[in-house]
Amino acid sequence: MPAIKSINDFVVKFANVNGSGSASANEMFARSILRMGVPVASRNIFPSNIQGLPTWYEVRISGKGWVGRRGGVDLMVAMNPQTWDKDIASIDPGGYLFYDSSRPIPLSKFRDDITVVRMPLTEICNAAYKDPRQRQLFKNIIYIGALAQLLGIEMAVLEQLIGEQYKGKDALIAPNHQALRMGHDYARDNLAGICGLKIERADEVGDRIFVSGNDAAGLGCVYGGATVAAWYPITPSTSVAEAFAKHCRKYRVDAATGKNKFAIVQSEDEISAIGTVIGASWNGARAFTATSGPGISLMQEFLGLAYFAEIPAVIIDVQRGGPSTGMPTRTQQSDLLVCAYASHGDTKHVLLLPEDPRELFEFCALSFDLAERLQTPIFVLEDLDIGMNDWLCEPFVWDDKRSYDRGKIMTAEDLEAGKTFGRYLDVDGDAIPWRTLPGTHPTKGARGRDRFAKYSEEGAVYQDNMQRLLRKFETAKALVPAPVVERAKEKAKCGVIYFGSTTAAMREALAALAADGIHLDTMRLRAFPFNDAVTDFINAYDQVFLVEQNRDAQMRSLLVNECGIDPARFISILHYDGQVITARFIINAIAERIALKKKEAAE
Amino acid sequence: MTYIAKPKLRHPGIAVNKLGFTHRDYEGSISTLCAGCGHDSISFAIIQACFELNIEPHRVAKLSGIGCSSKTPDYLLGQSHGFNSVHGRMPSVLTGANLANRDLLYMGVSGDGDSASIGLGQFVHCVRRGVNMVYITENNGVYGLTKGQFSATADKGSKSKAGGSNMDSPLDLVSMALMVGATFVGRSFSGDKAQMVPLIMAAMSHPGPAFIDIVSPCVAFNNHAGSTKAYDFVRAHNEAVNRLDIIEPREAITVEYAPGTSEEVALHDGSTLRLAKLAADYDPFDRIGAMNYLQSRAAAGELVTGLIYMDSGASDMHANLNTVPAPLNRLSEKELCPGAKGLDAFNAAHR
Repeated sequence: MPAIKSINDFVVKFANVNGSGSASANEMFARSILRMGVPVASRNIFPSNIQGLPTWYEVRISGKGWVGRRGGVDLMVAMNPQTWDKDIASIDPGGYLFYDSSRPIPLSKFRDDITVVRMPLTEICNAAYKDPRQRQLFKNIIYIGALAQLLGIEMAVLEQLIGEQYKGKDALIAPNHQALRMGHDYARDNLAGICGLKIERADEVGDRIFVSGNDAAGLGCVYGGATVAAWYPITPSTSVAEAFAKHCRKYRVDAATGKNKFAIVQSEDEISAIGTVIGASWNGARAFTATSGPGISLMQEFLGLAYFAEIPAVIIDVQRGGPSTGMPTRTQQSDLLVCAYASHGDTKHVLLLPEDPRELFEFCALSFDLAERLQTPIFVLEDLDIGMNDWLCEPFVWDDKRSYDRGKIMTAEDLEAGKTFGRYLDVDGDAIPWRTLPGTHPTKGARGRDRFAKYSEEGAVYQDNMQRLLRKFETAKALVPAPVVERAKEKAKCGVIYFGSTTAAMREALAALAADGIHLDTMRLRAFPFNDAVTDFINAYDQVFLVEQNRDAQMRSLLVNECGIDPARFISILHYDGQVITARFIINAIAERIALKKKEAAE
Repeated sequence: MTYIAKPKLRHPGIAVNKLGFTHRDYEGSISTLCAGCGHDSISFAIIQACFELNIEPHRVAKLSGIGCSSKTPDYLLGQSHGFNSVHGRMPSVLTGANLANRDLLYMGVSGDGDSASIGLGQFVHCVRRGVNMVYITENNGVYGLTKGQFSATADKGSKSKAGGSNMDSPLDLVSMALMVGATFVGRSFSGDKAQMVPLIMAAMSHPGPAFIDIVSPCVAFNNHAGSTKAYDFVRAHNEAVNRLDIIEPREAITVEYAPGTSEEVALHDGSTLRLAKLAADYDPFDRIGAMNYLQSRAAAGELVTGLIYMDSGASDMHANLNTVPAPLNRLSEKELCPGAKGLDAFNAAHR
């Protein structure tokens, strides 16, 4: 088996023990490649645990700019004996294994179709450092130094990153530089020429930024004008609230008085969190909560109230593996139905489906406009992959000419001027009523459930209102982000639909499939409700692939249910093991089915 | 909830307060509760308190959960915005509303099922968070709308109308409020308007979490022999620790009781609270003492009513969160959005 040779196109996976300090060293490794102008995509695969369990960090290096997971591993940095067998097995034939050779490992534990790169890391550390914690932390830096030499990462870039990381703690810079150099020199003297994987300086990163979705979401809420956040800690959404707090401290503290132009409440549970969001929104503040699947389950009753009483609310759902506690640190797209139809009774809710941190930033800001315009809850459905991993994406932009859409709020002046106010009266034909904020007017602002908000249990009045809510959902179709349709270079017989974090792997898969002669027109869904373009797209093909990251093809259910489409028109490609979907998985799944169809057609 | 509007006729000699409002301006729709329901007396006391305090009715936001008590906000302050939320979750909605606009007066009206059973968690956390509000529970120990089940405040051994006995220990919301940091705690009885009105007035003038538990017999399901929340039982076991009287710059509310020793406390709105002590050693500014007193009287089978505890230096959630003095819902886009320029540093820091 020849060793893999590749420049700027391979996958490095680090197998570590969590709590060992490997995370920051590994992240530095990824950033150093970015600084050399080569795109990377990194993914943390971590347990629901603080210390002692296996954790992995996967870095996709792609000169072509693919930022999804490819699948497979070219170089395994195996630093965790607990997962050795599985880690060795996951290396592609012809790939490389880098490991700490301080302790002998039986030959039977290796493979003969990979190149083994041995480095006695523990021995080197023990000789260089006395303090056990230093031995542990510097071991990480030493292996980064060795990898830099093996792969051709410029030392100056790494040294600069160390300088930036320890800015203000300058005493730490020199020892880290020293450790880096120690690893580098060992590899130079002992491992020269062993590795066929290389990083070459390029100019493919441009002005793109490397950022996590949850950080972007917190910033989006600041830009969207949120002043109240109520939340309950839950993986993987916690860092949304933390990011919002961080950005508020930067952008929302009154310079003169030191007072906050925001309020953040860590609620006692998710029920309370959504209640607080609804109370604040009812009273005219822009408010949001961030949660994950179990939190959405708890919020159900309140979500029905917000739908029926027509109160704005923004819910950022960072999806993880379900049901129940499920897999809290693994990713899925499995909250579609529980959000789209949240609560008892007849309800439908708006969902936004961002593809990456940049779009998540935009959708978070947009969600407040939509919530106030439509007077209803808006779900921003991201997932652990977008939220907790750093993504290479276009820099964030904001148009200063844009202004908030505060929706239909009747003021004291409007009421004085004699404008008709019926809280549930459709005066504009878009089924969206006007609202007043508490305290607006001494006699005309507060007034149940008929069109003028008088209490009623009349069947006809109830139905009239429920029908208006349906019409309001029709209005929403034109306001939510439209799907993105792309036509294949050659005429396509099949379409493919995908959404959210699948997009990154999908792009790579589509290019590979096209190179193999499989041409597909594509539609990336960006929101629910679906506008007519969605139905038109599906109807244009005999069959449409639908790629999603859940077991039950939830998006298919939603499309079948809402667009009246024959379920047989869809071929579901489902990935739901909790790991991020890979380009290879999509390529294989689609190619297999196309081959099968061809075979069937030939028979 | 009612669909019966009140007639607009009014007596020409009806009293007018400083703002020119009559008592009627503080009323709501006609109550649909059972005749003789204690809750209606509480609604009347709230109306009276708002009238006396010269509050603009539309500057009050009234929030409730689910149950007979939670229906009552519809029967008072017809010009105020009301929020009939979900069962047991009014406190979180009130918290959010208060965060959005600190300038309104927030009144939470709840019951023992709503606050002590399904909503105990929210009640406790809302109080410990220091939300500036008046939180009233109309406590009858029973689920009225579902016809007579015990609530968590029903005393051990008390009998239901259907004949069953409650064998679970009762929750005392007053003790709980004291424990978790309410800075104004009172208890009253729906049959004692003279005590309720000044207590509510003082609570509304209090700049922090104010809680009043009002025992309010359910005439339909909990007003029989063997019930400890019945009119007769409460009258026989009520021990008032003080009599209250709010002295407005204008005039005092009539007090029907001769004061023994008395103490005057300046309230935050400029009025004065006069406390007439009935229990010689009772000090409503001593939280630990109040807790001890409550427990010892409860052990003797007595229900302590009156102003049980007040912290005259109280503050609220907004102080804890260091929010700007302007209501958050009035901040402009310019004050909230950092604009394109704000992104330059963010983008640069992520390369």
